[in-house]
Amino acid sequence: MSAVPATVHTLKPPRVEIGPADESTQLHPAMNQASSAPEPPLYVRTRAPEWLPRALAPLIGLALFVVLWAILAKAGGRLPDPVSTWHSAVDVFSNPFYRKGPNDQGIGWNVLTSLGRVGIGFGMAALVGIPLGFMLGRFRFLSDMAAPVISILKPVSPLAWLPIGLMVFKAANPAAIYVIFVCSLWPMIVNTAVGVRHIPQDYLNVARVLNLSEWTVFRKILFPAVLPYMITGVRLSIGVAWLVIVAAEMLTGGVGIGFWVWDEWNNLNVQHIIIAIFTVGIVGLALEQAMILLARRFSYE
Amino acid sequence: MSERYLQIDKVRRVFLTKKGPFCALEEISLDIHAGEFVSLIGHSGCGKSTLLNIVAGLLEPTDGHIVLAEREVSGPGPDRGVVFQNHSLLPWLTCFENVHLAVERVFGATAKKAALKERVRRALELVQLRHAEHKYPHELSGGMKQRVGIARALSIEPKVLLLDEPFGALDALTRARLQDELMRIVAATGSTVLMVTHDVDEAVLLSDRVVMMTNGPAATIGGILAIDLPRPRERIALAGQRHYMALRAELLEFLYRKQMREAA
Repeated sequence: MSAVPATVHTLKPPRVEIGPADESTQLHPAMNQASSAPEPPLYVRTRAPEWLPRALAPLIGLALFVVLWAILAKAGGRLPDPVSTWHSAVDVFSNPFYRKGPNDQGIGWNVLTSLGRVGIGFGMAALVGIPLGFMLGRFRFLSDMAAPVISILKPVSPLAWLPIGLMVFKAANPAAIYVIFVCSLWPMIVNTAVGVRHIPQDYLNVARVLNLSEWTVFRKILFPAVLPYMITGVRLSIGVAWLVIVAAEMLTGGVGIGFWVWDEWNNLNVQHIIIAIFTVGIVGLALEQAMILLARRFSYE
Repeated sequence: MSERYLQIDKVRRVFLTKKGPFCALEEISLDIHAGEFVSLIGHSGCGKSTLLNIVAGLLEPTDGHIVLAEREVSGPGPDRGVVFQNHSLLPWLTCFENVHLAVERVFGATAKKAALKERVRRALELVQLRHAEHKYPHELSGGMKQRVGIARALSIEPKVLLLDEPFGALDALTRARLQDELMRIVAATGSTVLMVTHDVDEAVLLSDRVVMMTNGPAATIGGILAIDLPRPRERIALAGQRHYMALRAELLEFLYRKQMREAA
């Protein structure tokens, strides 16, 4: 608080004129800062607007990253430099939706196929995980029952489930979807259950005082109160799913951005691998931002 | 019937804690007439909110029972309108929807949709918040939120209005305004009110009778003070009155001489 008037003083040139205005200062020293603060300073140091450094910083960061990459590429090895990668990327993205047989398709198809797998696996996980989370949150006994199983299975790498998926489904595509399902499940169950357990007692008292029906309680109180937690669960799940799909597709093959990375490695096309890395990163970022927007839409207070 | 509209009959409440049973309330009996405004006053932790929650049905009495309009109370129900200390509005519903939730529950089976909406509007009118009906709770000041809480409680035409330190979280000026407003509303609707408070001035200004609770554990009624000031009451006119001062002094005497506790 006191820092604000202090900077105003330093911006001002020493005052020459001593007029009746200063009497108040002498009479009431406490008013000094308050009365002098609103006076317009005689000159104002021009300052850059506040948003400028905030907008520049990420650009500088990206530029430094590219420079570092160029230096590393120059130093030797087989790392392609940014310029040739850029040209290659323009080439790849100029025709993203071509199809030349099952193992040679445009990057657009690869990304869409991966997103489709994530969507299906994740959607099924939501259908199972959210109701399960509600039940675990509502009934202590169920939650105590499920706790050891969830605690043991949650830290397992999703890829460890792949062989079981291959064994059960005897096909690569459902196995990959199943891995996504398994890894999306835990964050959704756990966050929904936590949300149900954290519903303020005040809201439940309102429901009790009014004797609301179970269905109304669910629609008007439980569901909206848990929604922000659920969205957090969804966000974590999608993040993990997008991480895992690349690895799963490397193992299962077919179409998909993960398979594409592996395929280009076999072709020794390192530029395409780097393009794939950036594509995966940007799609992941877009998914994350979409979920943050969604969460903001449903946050109260 | 009007003499014993709300009966609190030998209510005892024991909580089971880790250190063994804890008796919060001991043998509380109190009869409240229809249209009467009764306050419960006492130091914090004396069990006055516990008593209110028992009347509301949110807590079960260990012994004794509550009778409201000749029917025994078991569990919570919309025949009692509760205003909580922390407004307890649902943040994802507008003021209108918050009140509508209550109105629909109570009158939804018998009244048409338009009639329900009209009822919600009238309740908001009563607390002078018609203009804010489409606002969400976080867009309102603390005092306005509490007024919506009062509108919600009154909209279901309860037999008794239960107020749990309704103005405790508000600043002094807002509190005074809402007290005046509550007096006006209670006079207009003829409500029967049971209010928990720890504010001596609030108790004297609003109540017909003030029930003074002793300190827990095993809190009970230490005395009942009839506030025979004529209505309508006006806080500024009262402030200088000798009788008002005497009533106030009597409450203060009880709270700070007879029931003083070191840690309070």
